[in-house]
Amino acid sequence: MKIKLRDPNIIMKLSRLGSFHQSKLSFLRSFLNEFKDWEYKRDLFDLDKDGFGVVVYSFTKKERVYSLICFANKIQDDERSDRVIATKWDAAFTLHDGIPNRNDIERLKKEVPKQEVGRLSYKELTLSRANKSVRVFDHVVENLSNGKQPNLDLIEKVGYLYRTTAVYGSGKFGLADRFRIKNRDEINGPFRLEMMLVYLVRQFTFDQVNHVAKNKNPKKAVKLDLKICKNLGIGNSTGLGMAPFIVNHPTLLNNWIMSREKALKEIREIKKVNQEDFDLFKKCLRNSIKNITSWNTESEYQLKKIKDLLNDVKKLLDFIEKKFDFETDYPFNRLYLWVEKETCEECIEYIVSLMMEPYNKIIEPLVKQMSSDEDKYFTIPTNRKVEDLKLIIESKYQNILSVNFEKKQNNKKFWFISKNKEEPRIADRFEESGSELEQPLAIARDIKKLYEKLLVTKRNTTIDNFLIDNSHLRHVVRRAFIIEKFPYSEIQDNTISEKTIPIDMLRLKLSFFGALKFDPRSDKWLRICMFQGAPLPNELKNYDDHWVYKANS
Amino acid sequence: MKSLSEIETTSKRATRAAGFSWGISEEVGKCIRILELFGLPGIKNLNSYFKEKNSKNFENLKLINKQNQPQKNIFCPINIGVNFLDQIRTIETFNNCSFKNIAYPILLLPFLSRSSEVIGKKIIFNFDENQFLLNFNISIFSNFDNEQYPFLAKDVKINFLDNKDNFSEIEWKNLYKLSEETFVEETDSLKKSAAGAGLTDND
Repeated sequence: MKIKLRDPNIIMKLSRLGSFHQSKLSFLRSFLNEFKDWEYKRDLFDLDKDGFGVVVYSFTKKERVYSLICFANKIQDDERSDRVIATKWDAAFTLHDGIPNRNDIERLKKEVPKQEVGRLSYKELTLSRANKSVRVFDHVVENLSNGKQPNLDLIEKVGYLYRTTAVYGSGKFGLADRFRIKNRDEINGPFRLEMMLVYLVRQFTFDQVNHVAKNKNPKKAVKLDLKICKNLGIGNSTGLGMAPFIVNHPTLLNNWIMSREKALKEIREIKKVNQEDFDLFKKCLRNSIKNITSWNTESEYQLKKIKDLLNDVKKLLDFIEKKFDFETDYPFNRLYLWVEKETCEECIEYIVSLMMEPYNKIIEPLVKQMSSDEDKYFTIPTNRKVEDLKLIIESKYQNILSVNFEKKQNNKKFWFISKNKEEPRIADRFEESGSELEQPLAIARDIKKLYEKLLVTKRNTTIDNFLIDNSHLRHVVRRAFIIEKFPYSEIQDNTISEKTIPIDMLRLKLSFFGALKFDPRSDKWLRICMFQGAPLPNELKNYDDHWVYKANS
Repeated sequence: MKSLSEIETTSKRATRAAGFSWGISEEVGKCIRILELFGLPGIKNLNSYFKEKNSKNFENLKLINKQNQPQKNIFCPINIGVNFLDQIRTIETFNNCSFKNIAYPILLLPFLSRSSEVIGKKIIFNFDENQFLLNFNISIFSNFDNEQYPFLAKDVKINFLDNKDNFSEIEWKNLYKLSEETFVEETDSLKKSAAGAGLTDND
């Protein structure tokens, strides 16, 4: 039986993309898989009694070394902020290509803590900073120094000791351009070095908290229990900075979603599923209830989604136990069709992720297809005809064409770059100034404009001639030719509507990162947790691949 | 040192701020990245171009012909570059083309370089005494050895090179003959056994 890939007009809607969950395809999981047989080391640990100073960790294989350099700094409580306006952080990090020498560390000590206003070199690959969750960090230090383990309820509620507020890579602030390292096999997957940085930062948080507790009370202090460490991740606060990324990298976006869709298609096409695989799926599904019930948020929007998800997952479990016979042909297809019909979007995508768990053989080749050589598709095929372009738009942007942008509610918002922080923002074009400097992120509106222009242009006009008088539409002409080859390259929704929820765009990207427990703090930023439940560095050589569904256990 | 990613993004935004559309700005960002990657002064010349853009009132040209001359002023290199890239398949049929007076000819280079990749032919770009060979957007060779690129190219000639060998048939044969010395002469026994022999392929 051949199953069709799911329709981009459904999958690429913002509400659906905003319901995506981590899976075996997620970058943090593929990072762990790739680096599991690398040698992990703590090369330098030079912290004072209060935990301030420099620490270096590394991953090594043969001649290749990646080193995380951590700078822990003293800051006042009133200087600590997760917001982009912050200029100081509890710790700042960079991933260095190779082994840093003394001069490198001295150079980086001056630059890394300054983050966006510092300058890195081609020898550095990623850059980040993080703040303590003060109440958890202090609580853990206090307890450890008194010979006790921390309160598990608090640990579970927060889930991390530190949270990062940005992770930069690919040429930002002088960091190495992607082209310098793109031929390295071990990083043939998106954001792999960013994941390495976050993973090693997690270990730094454990080492620092143990060190501070020990110095506070050398005779009595105990180390943080390894089981507790494992159930701690790294928090992350994410704002609108991520949203333009998925619009500005259409072929990359396609390759992420296409891998997910191909995985689902192949799983639905399995005629006979063996008992072991189905049992594993059921086990992960059952265990995942704990992940849902420990998902904390104050966001009413997310609380409703979690409640619906929990109900639907329980409904599915009940269906599987009482009415489902997995021994019939194509059981995952039948299960998927049931889920699609009976459950909410949040649950559909949750189950799609879970279905991947037993199938390394399907997933591993797809992980290698998730990068993109974007320049290859940049040049517009100007020898094509207006008729071609019109047909592409009619077939690939059906829903977009039905939006009436004359209506105020459909054209209400605009995306811009803040002059103060050089970060993306979204605002109401009818109430705020600045819409004349709008960023080209209103793709739906501009595609519609292009279509209307094409309707009054001779069909056999070549694109080079069309562009002579329609330069203002050039950016969407390029995109339309990209979507012809890459069906999942475009959000099939209006990103400037009154109803747009920007965090849906962030959630899509974060789910591919492998984030858990999305906690929206408004419609424009959210907190997440990464690597919660993941193996510790000394466990990497032999870890349970399904650890995501064992967190908190 | 600025990364190429920073160079591309900043050039794109500056081009938009200078009044070009987003689509054109994306092209310029990509082209300045190419110049800087090849070690040519893209940022420097783009800056100078923007400084003079309004006062010099550079001229645009919609359709590129075999011979092109501005009506009053000097041609805008970005407009010529984008149209050259877009119209390359038509221009290629001219075999060569010429322009009078193009401002900041270095800014035209990456567009020609990308055009060379699109049509799969090398392009020679001559202006005044200077020559640039554009190799499929993989490299740029030039006899230009002055640090300061001229503000104006008065007399521009562009030639498309046919895809042909850079060497003589004799030179090729000599080299091929030498390469044969890595081959093994097949004995009767090897003929029978070394290439899946034993099966009939016409049954």
